[in-house]
Amino acid sequence: MEVVLQNLTKKFPSRDRKSRHEVIAVNDFTFQIPDGKLIGLLGPSGCGKSTTLNLISGLEKPTHGRIFFGGDDVTDLPPENRGIGLVFQNYALYPHLTVKQNILFPLQNLKGKDKLSKEAMLEKAMEAAKMVQIDELMDRKPSQLSGGQQQRVAIARALVKMPRVLLLDEPLSNLDARLRLQTREEIRRIQRETGITTIFVTHDQEEAMSISDLIVVMREGVALQIGKPQEVYDSPANLFVAKFLGTPPINLFNGRVKEGRIYIGEDPVLEIKGEEDGEVYVGVRPEGFVPDRKGALCCKLKGIEVMGRDISIVSENPSSLNPTVRAIIGTENKLNLEQEAWGEENEVRFSLIPHKVFLFDRETEERIQFEERGL
Amino acid sequence: MSRKKFRDGSLKGWLYLLPALLFLGAFMVYPLIDVFIYSFEEGYNSASQTYFGIGSYNYAYVLHDPYFLQAVKNTFLLVIITVPLSTGIALLISVGLNSIKPLRNLFQTVYFLPYVTNTLAVGLVFMILFKKTAYSDGFINLILHWFGQGPIDFIDGPYWAKMFVLCFYTIWVVMPFKILILTSALASVNQEYYRAARVDGTSGFRIFMRITLPMISPMIFYLIITGFIGAFKAYSDVVALFGTDLNGAQMNTIVGYIYDMLYGDSGGYPSYASAAAILLFAIVLTITCINLLISKKSVND
Repeated sequence: MEVVLQNLTKKFPSRDRKSRHEVIAVNDFTFQIPDGKLIGLLGPSGCGKSTTLNLISGLEKPTHGRIFFGGDDVTDLPPENRGIGLVFQNYALYPHLTVKQNILFPLQNLKGKDKLSKEAMLEKAMEAAKMVQIDELMDRKPSQLSGGQQQRVAIARALVKMPRVLLLDEPLSNLDARLRLQTREEIRRIQRETGITTIFVTHDQEEAMSISDLIVVMREGVALQIGKPQEVYDSPANLFVAKFLGTPPINLFNGRVKEGRIYIGEDPVLEIKGEEDGEVYVGVRPEGFVPDRKGALCCKLKGIEVMGRDISIVSENPSSLNPTVRAIIGTENKLNLEQEAWGEENEVRFSLIPHKVFLFDRETEERIQFEERGL
Repeated sequence: MSRKKFRDGSLKGWLYLLPALLFLGAFMVYPLIDVFIYSFEEGYNSASQTYFGIGSYNYAYVLHDPYFLQAVKNTFLLVIITVPLSTGIALLISVGLNSIKPLRNLFQTVYFLPYVTNTLAVGLVFMILFKKTAYSDGFINLILHWFGQGPIDFIDGPYWAKMFVLCFYTIWVVMPFKILILTSALASVNQEYYRAARVDGTSGFRIFMRITLPMISPMIFYLIITGFIGAFKAYSDVVALFGTDLNGAQMNTIVGYIYDMLYGDSGGYPSYASAAAILLFAIVLTITCINLLISKKSVND
């Protein structure tokens, strides 16, 4: 089911009664979610991503704007008539009911012509339970299940009515690291198998990047960038998106453009075409550094961390906005690193991979596109 | 070494427990055993500390005493009527309080007032409501009169009228505590459950029956058990309403009977009092055990 959000806005009255100031949780959000995709709403806490989810679910009413599922305007429908399944952050499984009763619960609410026979309900519940592979735990209570199993039960309960849209609120945040990896694959598999348009909310960029077809990066109620995870990573629209995506985070420098060159401090790091001179922020992804004795960027070496798969070189640069500059180099470059990178007195020199370098305007923090000329 | 350590630790533990054990032993366990012994000693005299013999005569006497049977009947009626009614009404009020937003604090205060009001003041209010004096028949009779019903003497009149007043009073007095417990129990139910239920389109009644009630059932059972025990021990309220000649008023309770046997006008029979006390103990113990069994089956933790 295609989900369309049209100029969606949600304002909350301020908690402080004296000031009339309203809190704008979601600001003029327009977005078309294609049918059958997995969408990650990503942003720091308080960015309005959960509110957006609540608006889609119908638990909150928008101040302005419309929501469409397929062709239907569902803005004024209550949650139960929208055909959604919602998985809560803490699962909200009814603790006094067994897994089976929990999954049956939504079906038992059906009235009138939708009412199902007992056998049909059980069959549907079993189907949903099989889908998430908990069909052997049907008679347990939620308290007897692990976090991951509870999560599956919650998903089964959301799926049992075959919703048009599945909504997941921070689905992995209550799980430990190992289970998180497993469960996100699981969510991906379930979504693929059912083909239900799925929207999930997370503050963990890795989580969003790994399983989403599309990610929406939000800040202060505004969608900053929407796109495929790799595209957003490779081509962030502004400084915030660039900083938010990627672990370790992007390295930022105060820099400037002068006569067709990007300077970090006094080091001319890249030659570019047709860009006006001026002060900029220069962002370099950790994998954008290549240790090179003849490299342009000169940093003071602080240490080397070997992490098995790759090595990070931690160094300092006076123009850096982060306390340290962190470069990640594959272990196959080890020799190269030992021989070539070191200059005198703990200096390390890097040359930069041009497409891992981004320029941002100082004022607007928007990305400045540039074309490299090659050194 | 570890054994010594363990012993030291346990010794310390007993030392910490000692004050509590001493007090409990002196003021609870010893009297309990003593009462149990008295109840089998025929014609025990506390002044001379003598008795005629040992046997079950005291129990036989008490169980055949019409005053005791009346007291048992009164107590059971009181328990059966007030415990479910007060818990049910308290639940309704709590749910109501929980679902309104404006003036909630005001209502909570109003409902809690009886808990902090002086018993004498409460008694005065009940007198205005029910007592027949030389000047008036009481407020309730005034209302009854509007509907063309004759004046009823609630305090010295027919048995059912007196029972009604007693139950009314008891329910009114225990209500604030129950409302307090239930409103806090309701407030502690995680709102996510209600949101989940709303997404599933659950009707309000079903939410109450299938979610709210099971979630607060431990508290409800707590209230029922303490309510049973409290009602079985009723005495002072009855005295406040009907005076000290409870046998004469046909309104005695089991505790009242025990008191009368010890200190009342016809008192001075510690053996009979002990036997009645043991019987009360047995009744309360049985009912509490039944309650716990039921609650274990139906309460989920």
